[in-house]
Amino acid sequence: MTLLDDFLIRAALAGIGVALAAAPLGCFVVWRRMAYFGDATAHASILGVALALSFDVSIFAGVLATALAMATTVSALAGRGYAMDTLLGVLAHSSLAFGLVAVSFLSGVRIDLMAYLFGDILAVGRGDLAVIWGGAALVLALLWWRWSALLTATLNPDLAHAAGIDPRREQMVLTLALALVVAVAIKVVGVLLIAAMLLIPAAAARPFAATPERMAAIAALLGMLAASGGLQLAFVFDTPAGPSIVCLAAALFAASSAAGVVLQSHRR
Amino acid sequence: MPEMPGKPRGMSLVSLNGLTVTYGGNTVLSGVSLKIQEGEIVTVVGPNGSGKSTLLRSVIGALKPSGGSVTRTPHLRIGYVPQKLHIDPTLPLTVRRFLSLPVRVSDTRASEALEQAGAGNLAARQMSGLSGGQFQRVLLARALLSNPQLLILDEATQGLDQPGSAAFYQQIEKVRQEIGCAVLMVSHELHVVMAASDRVVCLNGHICCEGAPEHVASAPEYRALFGTGTQGALALYRHEHNHSHDHDCGHDHGRQHEAAE
Repeated sequence: MTLLDDFLIRAALAGIGVALAAAPLGCFVVWRRMAYFGDATAHASILGVALALSFDVSIFAGVLATALAMATTVSALAGRGYAMDTLLGVLAHSSLAFGLVAVSFLSGVRIDLMAYLFGDILAVGRGDLAVIWGGAALVLALLWWRWSALLTATLNPDLAHAAGIDPRREQMVLTLALALVVAVAIKVVGVLLIAAMLLIPAAAARPFAATPERMAAIAALLGMLAASGGLQLAFVFDTPAGPSIVCLAAALFAASSAAGVVLQSHRR
Repeated sequence: MPEMPGKPRGMSLVSLNGLTVTYGGNTVLSGVSLKIQEGEIVTVVGPNGSGKSTLLRSVIGALKPSGGSVTRTPHLRIGYVPQKLHIDPTLPLTVRRFLSLPVRVSDTRASEALEQAGAGNLAARQMSGLSGGQFQRVLLARALLSNPQLLILDEATQGLDQPGSAAFYQQIEKVRQEIGCAVLMVSHELHVVMAASDRVVCLNGHICCEGAPEHVASAPEYRALFGTGTQGALALYRHEHNHSHDHDCGHDHGRQHEAAE
Protein backbone atom coordinates (compact mmCIF):
# COMPACT_ATOMS: atom_id res chain seq x y z
CA MET A 1 0.00 0.00 0.00
CA THR A 2 2.67 2.42 -0.99
CA LEU A 3 0.06 4.54 -2.64
CA LEU A 4 -1.50 5.42 0.71
CA ASP A 5 1.88 6.57 1.99
CA ASP A 6 1.47 9.77 0.05
CA PHE A 7 -0.36 12.27 2.25
CA LEU A 8 -1.86 13.96 -0.80
CA ILE A 9 -3.38 10.71 -2.02
CA ARG A 10 -4.77 10.06 1.45
CA ALA A 11 -6.19 13.57 1.56
CA ALA A 12 -7.81 13.20 -1.85
CA LEU A 13 -9.36 9.86 -0.89
CA ALA A 14 -10.66 11.38 2.34
CA GLY A 15 -12.22 14.31 0.51
CA ILE A 16 -13.77 12.09 -2.13
CA GLY A 17 -15.19 9.76 0.52
CA VAL A 18 -16.83 12.61 2.40
CA ALA A 19 -18.21 14.16 -0.79
CA LEU A 20 -19.62 10.83 -1.92
CA ALA A 21 -21.75 10.52 1.22
CA ALA A 22 -22.43 14.19 1.91
CA ALA A 23 -23.78 15.12 -1.52
CA PRO A 24 -26.72 12.67 -1.76
CA LEU A 25 -27.61 13.34 1.87
CA GLY A 26 -27.29 17.03 1.06
CA CYS A 27 -30.04 16.60 -1.54
CA PHE A 28 -32.43 15.66 1.27
CA VAL A 29 -31.16 18.59 3.31
CA VAL A 30 -32.01 20.85 0.36
CA TRP A 31 -35.39 19.26 -0.43
CA ARG A 32 -36.51 19.29 3.18
CA ARG A 33 -35.12 22.78 3.83
CA MET A 34 -32.96 21.46 6.63
CA ALA A 35 -29.91 23.63 5.91
CA TYR A 36 -29.90 25.15 9.37
CA PHE A 37 -30.45 21.75 10.88
CA GLY A 38 -27.27 20.52 9.23
CA ASP A 39 -25.44 23.61 10.41
CA ALA A 40 -26.61 23.15 13.99
CA THR A 41 -25.63 19.49 14.05
CA ALA A 42 -22.19 20.36 12.70
CA HIS A 43 -21.63 23.20 15.16
CA ALA A 44 -22.64 21.03 18.09
CA SER A 45 -19.89 18.59 17.18
CA ILE A 46 -17.16 20.88 18.53
CA LEU A 47 -18.68 20.16 21.94
CA GLY A 48 -18.33 16.49 21.04
CA VAL A 49 -14.64 17.02 20.32
CA ALA A 50 -14.15 18.58 23.76
CA LEU A 51 -16.05 15.80 25.49
CA ALA A 52 -14.20 13.11 23.57
CA LEU A 53 -10.85 14.59 24.55
CA SER A 54 -11.75 14.99 28.19
CA PHE A 55 -13.18 11.48 28.53
CA ASP A 56 -10.48 10.02 26.36
CA VAL A 57 -12.74 8.37 23.82
CA SER A 58 -12.37 8.55 20.08
CA ILE A 59 -13.23 11.88 18.46
CA PHE A 60 -15.49 10.02 16.03
CA ALA A 61 -17.58 8.55 18.87
CA GLY A 62 -17.77 11.87 20.75
CA VAL A 63 -18.82 13.81 17.68
CA LEU A 64 -21.34 11.17 16.63
CA ALA A 65 -22.92 11.16 20.09
CA THR A 66 -23.25 14.95 20.38
CA ALA A 67 -24.45 15.34 16.82
CA LEU A 68 -27.14 12.74 17.48
CA ALA A 69 -28.05 14.35 20.81
CA MET A 70 -28.28 17.74 19.11
CA ALA A 71 -30.46 16.46 16.31
CA THR A 72 -32.86 14.66 18.66
CA THR A 73 -33.08 17.70 20.93
CA VAL A 74 -34.05 19.86 17.97
CA SER A 75 -36.65 17.34 16.83
CA ALA A 76 -38.07 17.09 20.34
CA LEU A 77 -38.23 20.84 20.90
CA ALA A 78 -39.62 21.67 17.47
CA GLY A 79 -43.16 22.94 17.48
CA ARG A 80 -43.19 23.94 21.13
CA GLY A 81 -43.70 27.62 20.70
CA TYR A 82 -40.43 28.51 18.99
CA ALA A 83 -39.93 28.91 15.28
CA MET A 84 -37.56 26.31 13.91
CA ASP A 85 -34.94 28.81 12.76
CA THR A 86 -34.90 30.50 16.17
CA LEU A 87 -34.53 27.19 17.94
CA LEU A 88 -31.73 26.06 15.63
CA GLY A 89 -29.97 29.40 15.92
CA VAL A 90 -30.06 29.21 19.71
CA LEU A 91 -28.89 25.61 19.86
CA ALA A 92 -26.25 25.83 17.11
CA HIS A 93 -24.45 28.85 18.45
CA SER A 94 -24.75 28.01 22.10
CA SER A 95 -23.42 24.51 21.56
CA LEU A 96 -20.54 25.94 19.55
CA ALA A 97 -19.84 28.41 22.36
CA PHE A 98 -20.10 25.74 25.04
CA GLY A 99 -17.80 23.56 22.99
CA LEU A 100 -15.20 26.28 22.65
CA VAL A 101 -15.36 27.01 26.39
CA ALA A 102 -15.15 23.31 27.22
CA VAL A 103 -12.07 22.94 25.04
CA SER A 104 -10.36 25.75 26.98
CA PHE A 105 -10.84 23.79 30.21
CA LEU A 106 -8.84 20.92 28.84
CA SER A 107 -5.45 21.50 30.46
CA GLY A 108 -2.49 19.43 29.46
CA VAL A 109 -3.99 18.46 26.15
CA ARG A 110 -2.54 20.36 23.28
CA ILE A 111 -5.22 20.67 20.68
CA ASP A 112 -5.24 22.67 17.56
CA LEU A 113 -8.70 24.21 17.57
CA MET A 114 -8.27 25.43 14.02
CA ALA A 115 -7.92 21.83 12.88
CA TYR A 116 -11.43 21.08 14.14
CA LEU A 117 -13.01 24.31 12.99
CA PHE A 118 -11.59 24.23 9.46
CA GLY A 119 -10.43 20.66 9.08
CA ASP A 120 -6.98 19.22 8.66
CA ILE A 121 -7.27 17.10 5.56
CA LEU A 122 -3.53 16.89 4.95
CA ALA A 123 -3.09 15.15 8.31
CA VAL A 124 -5.49 12.32 7.46
CA GLY A 125 -3.94 9.01 8.45
CA ARG A 126 -4.78 5.47 7.36
CA GLY A 127 -7.00 5.01 10.42
CA ASP A 128 -8.87 8.21 9.57
CA LEU A 129 -9.33 6.99 6.03
CA ALA A 130 -10.86 3.77 7.29
CA VAL A 131 -13.27 5.72 9.51
CA ILE A 132 -14.21 8.13 6.72
CA TRP A 133 -14.86 5.43 4.12
CA GLY A 134 -16.59 3.21 6.65
CA GLY A 135 -18.87 6.06 7.72
CA ALA A 136 -19.49 7.12 4.12
CA ALA A 137 -20.39 3.56 3.13
CA LEU A 138 -22.77 3.35 6.08
CA VAL A 139 -24.49 6.60 5.10
CA LEU A 140 -24.83 5.50 1.48
CA ALA A 141 -26.17 2.13 2.57
CA LEU A 142 -28.74 3.84 4.84
CA LEU A 143 -29.86 6.14 2.03
CA TRP A 144 -29.99 3.26 -0.46
CA TRP A 145 -32.04 1.13 1.89
CA ARG A 146 -34.56 3.83 2.84
CA TRP A 147 -34.51 5.76 -0.44
CA SER A 148 -38.15 5.36 -1.47
CA ALA A 149 -39.53 5.82 2.02
CA LEU A 150 -37.33 8.88 2.57
CA LEU A 151 -38.48 10.45 -0.70
CA THR A 152 -42.13 9.79 0.08
CA ALA A 153 -41.84 11.24 3.56
CA THR A 154 -40.00 14.24 2.11
CA LEU A 155 -42.78 14.80 -0.40
CA ASN A 156 -45.60 14.77 2.13
CA PRO A 157 -45.96 13.18 5.60
CA ASP A 158 -49.60 12.25 5.04
CA LEU A 159 -48.80 10.50 1.76
CA ALA A 160 -46.21 8.54 3.70
CA HIS A 161 -48.72 7.59 6.39
CA ALA A 162 -51.21 6.43 3.80
CA ALA A 163 -48.48 4.18 2.34
CA GLY A 164 -47.66 2.74 5.76
CA ILE A 165 -44.45 4.72 6.19
CA ASP A 166 -43.77 6.50 9.47
CA PRO A 167 -42.33 9.93 8.58
CA ARG A 168 -40.79 10.31 12.03
CA ARG A 169 -38.80 7.16 11.52
CA GLU A 170 -37.51 8.47 8.20
CA GLN A 171 -36.60 11.72 9.91
CA MET A 172 -34.58 9.69 12.41
CA VAL A 173 -32.81 7.89 9.55
CA LEU A 174 -31.80 11.23 8.08
CA THR A 175 -30.74 12.50 11.50
CA LEU A 176 -28.52 9.48 11.97
CA ALA A 177 -27.03 9.86 8.49
CA LEU A 178 -26.40 13.53 9.17
CA ALA A 179 -24.63 12.79 12.44
CA LEU A 180 -22.46 10.21 10.65
CA VAL A 181 -21.52 12.64 7.89
CA VAL A 182 -20.63 15.32 10.43
CA ALA A 183 -18.51 12.85 12.36
CA VAL A 184 -16.53 11.77 9.31
CA ALA A 185 -16.29 15.19 7.68
CA ILE A 186 -14.89 17.04 10.68
CA LYS A 187 -11.34 16.04 9.80
CA VAL A 188 -11.75 17.01 6.16
CA VAL A 189 -13.49 20.39 6.14
CA GLY A 190 -14.03 21.15 9.84
CA VAL A 191 -17.27 21.95 11.67
CA LEU A 192 -17.74 25.38 10.15
CA LEU A 193 -17.73 24.16 6.56
CA ILE A 194 -19.49 20.78 6.77
CA ALA A 195 -22.83 22.27 5.81
CA ALA A 196 -21.19 23.57 2.64
CA MET A 197 -20.26 20.04 1.57
CA LEU A 198 -23.88 19.03 2.12
CA LEU A 199 -25.59 21.93 0.41
CA ILE A 200 -23.43 23.30 -2.38
CA PRO A 201 -23.01 20.17 -4.56
CA ALA A 202 -26.73 19.40 -4.21
CA ALA A 203 -27.71 22.94 -5.13
CA ALA A 204 -25.29 22.90 -8.06
CA ALA A 205 -26.79 19.64 -9.34
CA ARG A 206 -30.37 20.89 -9.39
CA PRO A 207 -30.45 22.57 -12.85
CA PHE A 208 -29.26 19.39 -14.60
CA ALA A 209 -31.54 16.85 -12.92
CA ALA A 210 -35.02 15.65 -13.91
CA THR A 211 -35.35 13.04 -11.17
CA PRO A 212 -34.23 12.87 -7.53
CA GLU A 213 -31.85 10.00 -8.29
CA ARG A 214 -30.09 11.93 -11.01
CA MET A 215 -29.78 14.94 -8.75
CA ALA A 216 -28.13 12.82 -6.06
CA ALA A 217 -25.74 11.24 -8.57
CA ILE A 218 -24.77 14.56 -10.15
CA ALA A 219 -24.33 16.09 -6.68
CA ALA A 220 -21.99 13.26 -5.72
CA LEU A 221 -19.94 13.78 -8.90
CA LEU A 222 -19.71 17.53 -8.35
CA GLY A 223 -18.80 16.98 -4.70
CA MET A 224 -15.98 14.62 -5.61
CA LEU A 225 -14.77 17.01 -8.28
CA ALA A 226 -14.75 19.85 -5.74
CA ALA A 227 -12.91 17.72 -3.18
CA SER A 228 -10.13 16.53 -5.48
CA GLY A 229 -9.86 19.75 -7.46
CA GLY A 230 -9.93 21.92 -4.35
CA LEU A 231 -7.13 19.91 -2.85
CA GLN A 232 -5.04 20.41 -5.95
CA LEU A 233 -5.70 24.14 -5.89
CA ALA A 234 -4.69 24.23 -2.24
CA PHE A 235 -1.43 22.49 -3.16
CA VAL A 236 -0.65 24.78 -6.08
CA PHE A 237 -1.57 28.07 -4.42
CA ASP A 238 -0.59 27.07 -0.90
CA THR A 239 -4.03 27.84 0.53
CA PRO A 240 -5.89 26.07 3.38
CA ALA A 241 -7.31 22.80 2.00
CA GLY A 242 -10.82 22.66 3.50
CA PRO A 243 -11.81 26.20 2.50
CA SER A 244 -10.26 25.68 -0.96
CA ILE A 245 -12.53 22.67 -1.51
CA VAL A 246 -15.57 24.74 -0.54
CA CYS A 247 -14.41 27.60 -2.79
CA LEU A 248 -14.25 25.29 -5.79
CA ALA A 249 -17.67 23.87 -4.92
CA ALA A 250 -19.02 27.42 -4.82
CA ALA A 251 -17.47 28.15 -8.23
CA LEU A 252 -19.15 24.99 -9.60
CA PHE A 253 -22.43 26.20 -8.14
CA ALA A 254 -22.05 29.60 -9.82
CA ALA A 255 -21.27 27.94 -13.15
CA SER A 256 -24.22 25.55 -12.87
CA SER A 257 -26.62 28.37 -11.97
CA ALA A 258 -25.51 30.28 -15.06
CA ALA A 259 -25.89 27.14 -17.17
CA GLY A 260 -29.31 26.60 -15.62
CA VAL A 261 -30.46 30.04 -16.73
CA VAL A 262 -29.25 29.34 -20.27
CA LEU A 263 -31.00 25.94 -20.29
CA GLN A 264 -34.24 27.53 -19.10
CA SER A 265 -34.25 30.18 -21.80
CA HIS A 266 -33.46 27.58 -24.45
CA ARG A 267 -36.43 25.47 -23.42
CA ARG A 268 -38.80 28.39 -23.79
CA MET B 1 -80.88 4.12 -6.50
CA PRO B 2 -79.28 1.50 -8.78
CA GLU B 3 -76.74 -0.69 -7.02
CA MET B 4 -73.26 -1.01 -8.40
CA PRO B 5 -73.42 -4.24 -10.35
CA GLY B 6 -71.62 -7.07 -8.62
CA LYS B 7 -70.70 -4.97 -5.62
CA PRO B 8 -71.74 -6.55 -2.37
CA ARG B 9 -72.69 -3.92 0.15
CA GLY B 10 -72.74 -4.10 3.87
CA MET B 11 -69.13 -4.76 4.75
CA SER B 12 -67.60 -1.74 6.41
CA LEU B 13 -64.11 -0.84 5.29
CA VAL B 14 -63.57 1.63 8.08
CA SER B 15 -65.55 2.24 11.19
CA LEU B 16 -65.02 5.07 13.61
CA ASN B 17 -66.41 4.47 17.04
CA GLY B 18 -66.81 7.51 19.28
CA LEU B 19 -63.63 8.99 17.79
CA THR B 20 -62.22 11.87 19.81
CA VAL B 21 -59.10 13.78 18.75
CA THR B 22 -57.40 16.49 20.76
CA TYR B 23 -54.66 18.78 19.50
CA GLY B 24 -52.66 20.60 22.16
CA GLY B 25 -55.59 20.87 24.58
CA ASN B 26 -58.21 21.61 21.91
CA THR B 27 -60.79 18.98 21.20
CA VAL B 28 -61.08 18.94 17.42
CA LEU B 29 -63.36 15.95 17.13
CA SER B 30 -65.56 14.48 19.80
CA GLY B 31 -67.57 11.27 19.74
CA VAL B 32 -67.61 10.79 15.98
CA SER B 33 -69.06 7.47 14.89
CA LEU B 34 -69.07 6.69 11.19
CA LYS B 35 -68.96 3.60 9.02
CA ILE B 36 -67.84 3.50 5.42
CA GLN B 37 -69.26 0.65 3.40
CA GLU B 38 -67.78 -0.91 0.30
CA GLY B 39 -68.39 1.05 -2.85
CA GLU B 40 -70.21 4.07 -1.39
CA ILE B 41 -69.36 7.72 -1.76
CA VAL B 42 -69.37 9.55 1.56
CA THR B 43 -68.82 13.27 1.61
CA VAL B 44 -67.94 15.17 4.74
CA VAL B 45 -68.94 18.82 4.69
CA GLY B 46 -68.36 21.38 7.37
CA PRO B 47 -67.02 24.90 7.93
CA ASN B 48 -63.33 25.67 8.30
CA GLY B 49 -61.89 24.27 11.49
CA SER B 50 -64.71 21.75 11.85
CA GLY B 51 -62.25 18.84 11.91
CA LYS B 52 -62.79 17.50 8.39
CA SER B 53 -59.12 16.99 7.63
CA THR B 54 -58.54 15.65 11.13
CA LEU B 55 -61.19 13.04 10.44
CA LEU B 56 -59.52 11.94 7.22
CA ARG B 57 -56.10 11.88 8.80
CA SER B 58 -57.45 9.68 11.59
CA VAL B 59 -58.87 7.30 9.00
CA ILE B 60 -55.51 6.88 7.25
CA GLY B 61 -53.77 6.50 10.61
CA ALA B 62 -51.75 9.70 10.56
CA LEU B 63 -53.35 10.78 13.84
CA LYS B 64 -53.80 8.76 16.97
CA PRO B 65 -57.26 9.08 18.52
CA SER B 66 -57.28 10.35 22.10
CA GLY B 67 -60.59 8.56 22.64
CA GLY B 68 -62.71 6.02 20.82
CA SER B 69 -61.40 3.82 18.07
CA VAL B 70 -60.70 3.60 14.37
CA THR B 71 -61.10 0.12 12.92
CA ARG B 72 -59.95 -0.67 9.41
CA THR B 73 -60.61 -3.89 7.51
CA PRO B 74 -57.43 -5.96 7.59
CA HIS B 75 -55.13 -5.13 4.64
CA LEU B 76 -57.38 -2.29 3.57
CA ARG B 77 -55.96 -0.67 0.44
CA ILE B 78 -56.30 3.09 0.74
CA GLY B 79 -55.68 5.53 -2.08
CA TYR B 80 -55.07 8.96 -0.61
CA VAL B 81 -55.34 12.24 -2.50
CA PRO B 82 -54.01 14.94 -0.17
CA GLN B 83 -55.47 18.41 0.20
CA LYS B 84 -52.55 20.06 -1.42
CA LEU B 85 -49.10 18.84 -2.07
CA HIS B 86 -46.42 21.43 -2.13
CA ILE B 87 -43.52 20.08 -4.12
CA ASP B 88 -40.44 22.05 -3.35
CA PRO B 89 -38.98 23.48 -6.56
CA THR B 90 -35.59 22.19 -5.42
CA LEU B 91 -36.89 18.63 -5.85
CA PRO B 92 -36.76 17.48 -9.48
CA LEU B 93 -39.54 15.00 -10.04
CA THR B 94 -41.20 13.76 -13.20
CA VAL B 95 -44.79 12.59 -13.08
CA ARG B 96 -43.60 9.08 -13.96
CA ARG B 97 -41.11 9.03 -11.08
CA PHE B 98 -43.72 10.41 -8.71
CA LEU B 99 -46.01 7.49 -9.49
CA SER B 100 -43.28 5.07 -8.41
CA LEU B 101 -43.20 6.47 -4.88
CA PRO B 102 -42.92 4.63 -2.59
CA VAL B 103 -43.55 1.43 -4.56
CA ARG B 104 -42.10 1.04 -8.03
CA VAL B 105 -44.75 0.38 -10.63
CA SER B 106 -44.38 -0.85 -14.19
CA ASP B 107 -44.67 1.60 -17.08
CA THR B 108 -47.85 -0.16 -18.17
CA ARG B 109 -49.47 0.19 -14.77
CA ALA B 110 -48.39 3.83 -14.57
CA SER B 111 -49.83 4.81 -17.93
CA GLU B 112 -52.98 2.85 -17.14
CA ALA B 113 -53.50 4.81 -13.94
CA LEU B 114 -52.74 8.12 -15.68
CA GLU B 115 -55.26 7.24 -18.37
CA GLN B 116 -57.84 6.33 -15.73
CA ALA B 117 -57.32 9.64 -13.99
CA GLY B 118 -57.56 11.58 -17.23
CA ALA B 119 -53.88 12.54 -17.22
CA GLY B 120 -52.74 10.29 -20.04
CA ASN B 121 -50.05 12.44 -21.64
CA LEU B 122 -48.31 13.88 -18.59
CA ALA B 123 -45.81 11.13 -17.69
CA ALA B 124 -42.67 12.98 -18.78
CA ARG B 125 -43.62 16.35 -17.30
CA GLN B 126 -42.06 17.86 -14.18
CA MET B 127 -44.44 17.89 -11.20
CA SER B 128 -43.62 21.53 -10.47
CA GLY B 129 -44.66 22.55 -13.98
CA LEU B 130 -48.22 21.17 -13.88
CA SER B 131 -51.38 23.25 -13.71
CA GLY B 132 -53.70 22.84 -10.73
CA GLY B 133 -56.08 20.51 -12.56
CA GLN B 134 -53.30 18.40 -14.05
CA PHE B 135 -51.65 18.13 -10.64
CA GLN B 136 -54.84 16.84 -8.99
CA ARG B 137 -55.29 14.25 -11.74
CA VAL B 138 -51.75 13.04 -11.23
CA LEU B 139 -52.43 12.75 -7.49
CA LEU B 140 -55.56 10.79 -8.34
CA ALA B 141 -53.58 8.52 -10.68
CA ARG B 142 -51.08 7.84 -7.93
CA ALA B 143 -53.86 6.99 -5.49
CA LEU B 144 -55.30 4.54 -8.04
CA LEU B 145 -52.06 2.56 -8.39
CA SER B 146 -52.70 0.54 -5.27
CA ASN B 147 -56.04 -0.57 -6.73
CA PRO B 148 -57.70 0.96 -3.68
CA GLN B 149 -60.78 -0.30 -1.90
CA LEU B 150 -61.14 3.15 -0.39
CA LEU B 151 -60.24 6.38 -2.14
CA ILE B 152 -59.76 9.31 0.22
CA LEU B 153 -59.84 12.87 -1.08
CA ASP B 154 -59.10 15.86 1.12
CA GLU B 155 -60.44 19.06 -0.47
CA ALA B 156 -59.10 17.69 -3.71
CA THR B 157 -60.49 20.50 -5.84
CA GLN B 158 -59.15 23.39 -3.83
CA GLY B 159 -57.68 25.95 -6.17
CA LEU B 160 -59.50 24.63 -9.22
CA ASP B 161 -62.04 26.81 -10.97
CA GLN B 162 -65.69 25.78 -11.16
CA PRO B 163 -65.54 23.85 -14.46
CA GLY B 164 -62.22 22.37 -13.38
CA SER B 165 -63.57 20.95 -10.15
CA ALA B 166 -66.78 19.75 -11.79
CA ALA B 167 -64.69 17.89 -14.35
CA PHE B 168 -62.53 16.45 -11.58
CA TYR B 169 -65.54 15.14 -9.68
CA GLN B 170 -66.89 13.60 -12.86
CA GLN B 171 -63.56 11.82 -13.20
CA ILE B 172 -63.86 10.50 -9.63
CA GLU B 173 -67.36 9.27 -10.32
CA LYS B 174 -66.13 7.55 -13.48
CA VAL B 175 -63.26 5.93 -11.61
CA ARG B 176 -65.64 4.71 -8.94
CA GLN B 177 -67.80 3.12 -11.61
CA GLU B 178 -64.75 1.44 -13.13
CA ILE B 179 -63.04 -0.01 -10.08
CA GLY B 180 -65.91 0.02 -7.58
CA CYS B 181 -63.96 1.56 -4.72
CA ALA B 182 -65.56 3.44 -1.85
CA VAL B 183 -64.86 7.17 -1.79
CA LEU B 184 -64.48 9.29 1.31
CA MET B 185 -64.09 12.96 0.57
CA VAL B 186 -64.10 16.30 2.21
CA SER B 187 -65.28 19.34 0.35
CA HIS B 188 -66.58 22.85 0.35
CA GLU B 189 -68.22 22.72 -3.03
CA LEU B 190 -71.55 21.61 -1.79
CA HIS B 191 -73.65 21.37 -4.91
CA VAL B 192 -71.12 19.26 -6.84
CA VAL B 193 -70.63 17.03 -3.86
CA MET B 194 -74.31 16.66 -3.22
CA ALA B 195 -74.85 15.37 -6.73
CA ALA B 196 -72.22 12.66 -6.51
CA SER B 197 -72.58 11.39 -2.95
CA ASP B 198 -74.49 8.46 -1.54
CA ARG B 199 -74.26 9.90 1.91
CA VAL B 200 -73.36 13.31 3.27
CA VAL B 201 -71.99 13.85 6.74
CA CYS B 202 -72.23 17.33 8.15
CA LEU B 203 -69.39 17.89 10.58
CA ASN B 204 -68.64 20.59 13.11
CA GLY B 205 -66.45 19.03 15.76
CA HIS B 206 -69.10 16.36 15.99
CA ILE B 207 -71.53 14.91 13.48
CA CYS B 208 -74.40 17.38 13.21
CA CYS B 209 -76.44 15.37 10.78
CA GLU B 210 -75.95 12.77 8.13
CA GLY B 211 -77.90 10.95 5.50
CA ALA B 212 -78.83 11.09 1.85
CA PRO B 213 -77.85 14.40 0.21
CA GLU B 214 -81.41 15.66 0.04
CA HIS B 215 -82.05 14.85 3.67
CA VAL B 216 -78.94 16.65 4.84
CA ALA B 217 -79.53 19.70 2.67
CA SER B 218 -82.89 20.23 4.31
CA ALA B 219 -81.80 19.39 7.85
CA PRO B 220 -81.98 22.35 10.26
CA GLU B 221 -78.47 21.55 11.58
CA TYR B 222 -77.07 21.85 8.09
CA ARG B 223 -78.88 25.14 7.47
CA ALA B 224 -77.62 26.48 10.75
CA LEU B 225 -74.07 25.81 9.58
CA PHE B 226 -74.26 26.81 5.94
CA GLY B 227 -77.36 28.98 5.77
CA THR B 228 -79.96 28.54 3.07
CA GLY B 229 -77.78 29.99 0.34
CA THR B 230 -76.77 26.56 -0.86
CA GLN B 231 -80.36 25.81 -1.74
CA GLY B 232 -79.79 27.86 -4.86
CA ALA B 233 -76.89 25.68 -5.88
CA LEU B 234 -78.88 22.56 -5.28
CA ALA B 235 -81.72 23.96 -7.36
CA LEU B 236 -79.33 24.71 -10.18
CA TYR B 237 -78.22 21.14 -10.09
CA ARG B 238 -81.83 19.91 -10.04
CA HIS B 239 -82.52 21.93 -13.11
CA GLU B 240 -79.71 20.13 -14.93
CA HIS B 241 -81.19 16.85 -13.86
CA ASN B 242 -84.67 17.65 -15.12
CA HIS B 243 -83.22 18.85 -18.35
CA SER B 244 -81.28 15.68 -19.01
CA HIS B 245 -84.27 13.63 -18.00
CA ASP B 246 -86.36 15.15 -20.77
CA HIS B 247 -84.26 13.91 -23.64
CA ASP B 248 -83.64 10.33 -22.80
CA CYS B 249 -79.87 10.18 -22.97
CA GLY B 250 -78.08 6.92 -22.34
CA HIS B 251 -75.70 7.76 -19.54
CA ASP B 252 -76.26 7.15 -15.90
CA HIS B 253 -78.20 9.64 -13.83
CA GLY B 254 -78.78 7.28 -10.97
CA ARG B 255 -77.09 9.28 -8.33
CA GLN B 256 -78.77 12.46 -9.40
CA HIS B 257 -82.14 10.78 -9.08
CA GLU B 258 -81.45 10.18 -5.48
CA ALA B 259 -80.54 13.78 -4.84
CA ALA B 260 -83.71 15.01 -6.42
CA GLU B 261 -86.14 12.60 -4.89
